[in-house]
Amino acid sequence: MSTSSLFEKRAWKDLPVAGIIPEPGTSTKYRTGDWRTRKPIIDEQKCTNCLLCWVYCPDAAIERTPKKVMVNYDYCKGCGICANECPVKAITMVMEAI
Amino acid sequence: MAEIRGLTGDEAVAYAVKQCDVDVVSAYPITPQTIIVERFSEYVANGEVKTEFICVESEHSAMSACIGSSLTGARTFTATCSQGLALMHEMLYIASSLRLPIVMAVANRALSAPLNIHGDHSDMMGSRDCGWVQIYAENAQEVYDWIIQAFRLAEDPELSMPVAVNLDGFTITHCMEGVEVLEDEIVAKFLPPRKPLYTLDPSKPITVGAWATPEYYMDFKRQQVEALASAKAKLLEVTKEYAQFSGRKYGILESYGMEDAEAAVLCLGSTAGTVRAMVKELRARGEKVGIVKLWLYRPFPMEELMESLRGIKALAVMDRACSFGAPYGPLCSDVLATFQRYGLRIPTMNAIYGLGGRDVRPWDLSFLFDEVLKIARTGVVRNPVVFLGVRE
Repeated sequence: MSTSSLFEKRAWKDLPVAGIIPEPGTSTKYRTGDWRTRKPIIDEQKCTNCLLCWVYCPDAAIERTPKKVMVNYDYCKGCGICANECPVKAITMVMEAI
Repeated sequence: MAEIRGLTGDEAVAYAVKQCDVDVVSAYPITPQTIIVERFSEYVANGEVKTEFICVESEHSAMSACIGSSLTGARTFTATCSQGLALMHEMLYIASSLRLPIVMAVANRALSAPLNIHGDHSDMMGSRDCGWVQIYAENAQEVYDWIIQAFRLAEDPELSMPVAVNLDGFTITHCMEGVEVLEDEIVAKFLPPRKPLYTLDPSKPITVGAWATPEYYMDFKRQQVEALASAKAKLLEVTKEYAQFSGRKYGILESYGMEDAEAAVLCLGSTAGTVRAMVKELRARGEKVGIVKLWLYRPFPMEELMESLRGIKALAVMDRACSFGAPYGPLCSDVLATFQRYGLRIPTMNAIYGLGGRDVRPWDLSFLFDEVLKIARTGVVRNPVVFLGVRE
């Protein structure tokens, strides 16, 4: 499980009292990618780098590089909006291996 | 030095809260609690306290305001009962889960329907699993002493847990008694300023009440169970110290006649006074009877209760609430579960009594003692659950 390192593998005695989160900005440590059941795969041959997926991704999980886009699987929840919006059908959703 | 004031139970609460230098009170009026916040609002209006009194539109909002207040580190108090406590129910769990040392007076009153404003324990028993420390007082003096001790217990830096002090509606809340009060300076010495476990502070941001996934929620509950259990040892420390300040010694429970008792009655709250009087009368006639009164109901003091009941042949547990559909009333269920846990088999009967303010008269108790003495002689419980004083 990739959850916040704050709480990682801690026994009940060692968890923060009352379930508080004792420091700010910890949401970046919470890898929401493990919610995913289907995974977007980008076909680099078809991708035109039009950036529509980057625009539409609700989790900002599409990352830009100078020539292409990449999926940040640590945070991609697998909603499939990118695959739906891709005008050249360069993104396919595949089942996550269990 | 000791001053004795004529105070009703409600007034004793208000006076104790005044001496405890409370920062915030948020409450909504409901009989028979109203006089607590009414008197306290007079202290506020007269400038006798520095407390901020937050008027709200419901008890749900009252407890919500108390939670917010307590999160900032403020010493916080509220009072309610009956429908008001029921309306607070969901917020009670949040207060205890967040480990907020709010002190609340519960002026025990029946729940509707039919509408009834008089005393019974249905309100607190309906929320008995809410994670609060729960104390039952017998009279106005006990109420006064417990409110002061409740703040000290709640705010213990290792415990930090809300505490409810229960006082029977009308029997205690509206009866005037002589109450020996402490000097303000003594209370201030006994109750130092609160040192919060954590606070909301913009310069050190934290998140409170965050989402916990199934992988974590249960571990937090496990933590809470243990924290509440630790309240028992803390209560003993607090009562010991309070005895040095006040000369009055409290604890987990109080018993009378239990040294050689063969039959005993266990109860909570104001009824203990009547039961004790009956025990004295019966003992004068040679009957080996005794009474155990719990001050502390949650966390349930299993070991101490077993210790106090050692050697008896029969027990009657008095419940001033129904647990509809359950085998017994709530207190009796706890007692029998404890017997099971300790491998004891004491023949036990349960008496449901005093619902909606019905008086418990000496002859009702005389019937109860006859029954429990019969059980002590025969070992047979003919009527596991009786309803005292109900017309057949």
